[in-house]
Amino acid sequence: MKLENNIAHRQNGPALAAILSAGLGCAAIGVFTVLAEAFPTFKATMNLWNPAGPLTGKTTAGVVVWLVSWAFLHLNWRQREISAFDRVLAISLVFIGLGWLGTFPPFFELFAGK
Amino acid sequence: MNITNREFWIILHGMLFGAFYLLAFAGGAEALWCLRHGLLTASGIRERLIHLRIGIVTMATTCWLTVLSGTYMIYVWYRSPEPDSAKSRLLADPAKVAWHTFGMEWKEHVSWLAAILTTAVAFLVFWYDEALYERQEVRRAAFWLLTIAFAAAAIGGLFGALINKAAPIL
Repeated sequence: MKLENNIAHRQNGPALAAILSAGLGCAAIGVFTVLAEAFPTFKATMNLWNPAGPLTGKTTAGVVVWLVSWAFLHLNWRQREISAFDRVLAISLVFIGLGWLGTFPPFFELFAGK
Repeated sequence: MNITNREFWIILHGMLFGAFYLLAFAGGAEALWCLRHGLLTASGIRERLIHLRIGIVTMATTCWLTVLSGTYMIYVWYRSPEPDSAKSRLLADPAKVAWHTFGMEWKEHVSWLAAILTTAVAFLVFWYDEALYERQEVRRAAFWLLTIAFAAAAIGGLFGALINKAAPIL
């Protein structure tokens, strides 16, 4: 069914830019969580605001990765129709999965003190 | 009957922002699901998209308010080094240690994934608008991202409530 008014045609590039960058942001939080657990010096670096501790740095850095990658991908893909939609989506889901894994305590605690 | 400043913010964080997000998920997911081909008329799609736009931007806003108030207010009180802080009391009781080492450690991180993913879905809804109906692959992706975001937020909400029961913030 076609809607009655004219719908501006939308390329799928901006969708994939948003989805992939969200995956990168999630993965970054997971990776930073594991790194903070593994390396005390990295954990200290992540301590941006002492009352809330290293959580502030891990999440701020993850948000920065997300927003910077989103801006970069959006600018490059905003007018592109990407044929490999499912492949990029699958990669994004893997990144989101890495975010879940990296923030799961029984996993990141495996790296404690190493 | 009175409510302390901390209790006020915990109510705002968990029962207003967080609970609203979790309840709104059903509406957002249903709206995305119903944009499948063949279920709605053109006017039905437009009406559903208005609800979806309002719902998803409110969800993204409340999700950010939840994680920011959680990280920069509630968590600060929770992890305070004083012996009567919630974290200190949990760690002092072997029967309750896992509420911190598993529950809080998971909740404090995974909730941020919900905020990022919900914002991405909000962008998809606003950027594609009526084209979401044409671009079914984008609609499907938005639906699943929102579902994953909900799962992360639900873990945050569940552990938040249980930890506050095991060791309330004083």
